[in-house]
Parts: sequence; structure tokens; C-alpha cells
Amino acid sequence: MHELAITQSMLDLVLKQAGEAKAEKVGKINLVLGEMTGVVGRCVQFYFDFLSKGTPAEGAALDFKVIPTTARCRDCAKEFELGEFDWTCPHCQSNNMEIIGGKELFVESIEVE
Amino acid sequence: MEIKVIKDIMGANDQIARKNRQLFDSNKVFVVNVMASPGAGKTSVIMETIKRLRGKTGVGVVEGDISSSLDAEAISKEDVPVVQINTGGECHLDANMTAIALGDLPLKDIDLLLIENVGNLVCPAEFALGENIKVLIASTPEGDDKPFKYPLMFHEADAVLINKVDLLPYLKFDVDAFARTIQGINREVKIFPVSCTTGEGIEEWVSWLLGRMGEK
Ligand SMILES: Nc1nc2c(ncn2[C@@H]2O[C@H](COP(=O)(O)OP(=O)(O)O)[C@@H](O)[C@H]2O)c(=O)[nH]1
Ligand SMILES: [Mg+2]
Ligand SMILES: [Zn+2]
Repeated sequence: MHELAITQSMLDLVLKQAGEAKAEKVGKINLVLGEMTGVVGRCVQFYFDFLSKGTPAEGAALDFKVIPTTARCRDCAKEFELGEFDWTCPHCQSNNMEIIGGKELFVESIEVE
Repeated sequence: MEIKVIKDIMGANDQIARKNRQLFDSNKVFVVNVMASPGAGKTSVIMETIKRLRGKTGVGVVEGDISSSLDAEAISKEDVPVVQINTGGECHLDANMTAIALGDLPLKDIDLLLIENVGNLVCPAEFALGENIKVLIASTPEGDDKPFKYPLMFHEADAVLINKVDLLPYLKFDVDAFARTIQGINREVKIFPVSCTTGEGIEEWVSWLLGRMGEK
């Protein structure tokens, strides 16, 4: 689904950074992926193998750091991970919360030669 | 050698979205990104909104439905400018497709641009188009557990229209619980129970929309 467009965008960004560093080869790409984005790592890997062919990033390993959907309770201020079908604070049962993690979608670092 | 990057993967799209926004702002166009599952009632809500605003507000429409140009044809009967975007199989509109479509719209005559995104609750949430607000349409037959399945969409929405409330007597759909779930993670969201069939709630939605346009 949207992984194709996202992978292309990620690859463009990585190749630009590698080019600026005058790197010949990208060995590894460290990605941070929030659970809420619905982006599936396996799909990104699939499209990446295809899109990166013939570029300095061909064969690079992808590392996904997955950030769970996390909230801070607006009543007791405690932080917790959102349940799959239960969005109440496990500490005080409030359902008033602020999402503080899970929307991430960025390249943290790349390892180049 | 490790290079720290820390760059948002959506950065390139966001940059084009900001340019679209500048173009909208300079033409005084208020833009609504309308998102929903297929069949939830995006086209119906757009038609009802056009009808209520006829003679008062210049409305334009961008149709991003991949399936056909049927929606665009139906809307053009309402005598408003409409462009169809062919997404080429993509499951969402992006800022660049929107930028291209803008060339075919008389922005100077448009006060309100309604963009019907591709029917999908996952992908469009990620791609800013340059809109002022995001509106999500959830229809009652889809069930009241949708927020749990698509949290990002419900978190990002400025307004949620609960469409097809005329069908409530036949369904297990708890409107209050549904609204509470959404408001729990999205404090600012406005929720409108509506029916495009009976017209219920449409007035409230349209007057809120006009209010948001006025604030800009
Ligand atoms: N009962 C009922 N049907 C509706 C309502 N709104 C839309 N529909 C029907 O739902 C179907 C899909 O609507 P449409 O606007 O094309 O959905 P879209 O795919 O999201 O653009 C059509 O057959 C509409 O007539 C409503 O409020 N009540
Ligand atoms: Mg439609
Ligand atoms: Zn709490």
C-alpha cells in the first residue's frame, strides 16, 4: 500500500545523505517506525530491495526500531501503551489522554563506506 | 562510518504540501481533505455540502477516487469546478498529485475546496496535501470499533462525521461510546452525527465548516 511511496521517499533521502558524505556504499539504514503509522517493515524491505537496485544503497540492511502507540494520561499524568481495544488509563481508568509516541517515521542514521 | 540523519521520511511530501498551502492562502481558498473507507459517504457528503452552500460560497472539488471518474461526473452535474486525479493505482493522494490538479482549477473563484481522498483509512493519514483541515467520515455500518483499528486517522482528524445515522435502528453502533473513544485521544475533534439520506446533522456540519473558514 503506502509503503511503496514511503520507501521511495526514504531511499531518496538516504541517497542524498550518502552523496553529501561522498560515500560509495550504504551498508545499513536505521529507521524509526511508529506503530500508529501502519507502515509494515516487511513491505518496506520488499520495496527497498526492488527500488535500491543499481544504487549505492543496494543490499543495505534495514533496521526498524518500532515505537509502540504511547499515551500520557491527562488525569494522573502516567504514561502507558494503548491497548488494542481498550483506550483507558490502566492506573486511574481515565479515557482522557494525549498521544506521545507512535507517529514516528524517520531515518535515524545510516552506516556508509 | 555512521551518519546521524534524523530526517522525517515524509519531509519531501510535506515540503510540496507547504507550497500548495501557500498557493491556497494567496488565493483565499480554504481546503478540506475528506477521508474515509470506500462507500462511507465521501461523495454524498460533498454533494450535500455543495447544495447547502449554493449561491453563498464558491465550492470546488478534487476527486481522488481511483476506481473511476463516476464521482467526478456526478459532482460536475452540480455545476461546480471539479478535477479528477488519476492516482495510477496509489492508495492515497499526495501533495504532488494535488499540485498538478491545482493547475486545472479556477482557484480565484473558489472559496472552499473539498478534496475527496482515495477510499482508505490507513495511507491518506500520512500524506499532507496542503489542506487547512482533515475531515474523516465514518459510517455506521462499518461498526463502532474503527478508531481502534485506525488510530492515526482519528487522532489527526479535525472533524469526524458519523454518516448514515438513519440506519442506526438496524445496527449495533453506540454513538456516544464511539464519540468518547475518539475524544479520548483527540480533545479538539468535532463530531457530527449526519445522514445524507435524511439531511439530519448536515446543517450543523456546514455551519461549523463556515465558522472554520471565517476564522482563517
Ligand atoms: N442509508 C444511507 N446511505 C447513504 C448515506 N450516505 C451515503 N449513502 C449511500 O452509500 C453509498 C456510498 O456513498 P458514496 O458517497 O458514494 O461513498 P464514497 O465511496 O465514500 O464516496 C451510496 O449508495 C450512497 O447512496 C446515508 O446517510 N444513509
Ligand atoms: Mg466517492
Ligand atoms: Zn490515569
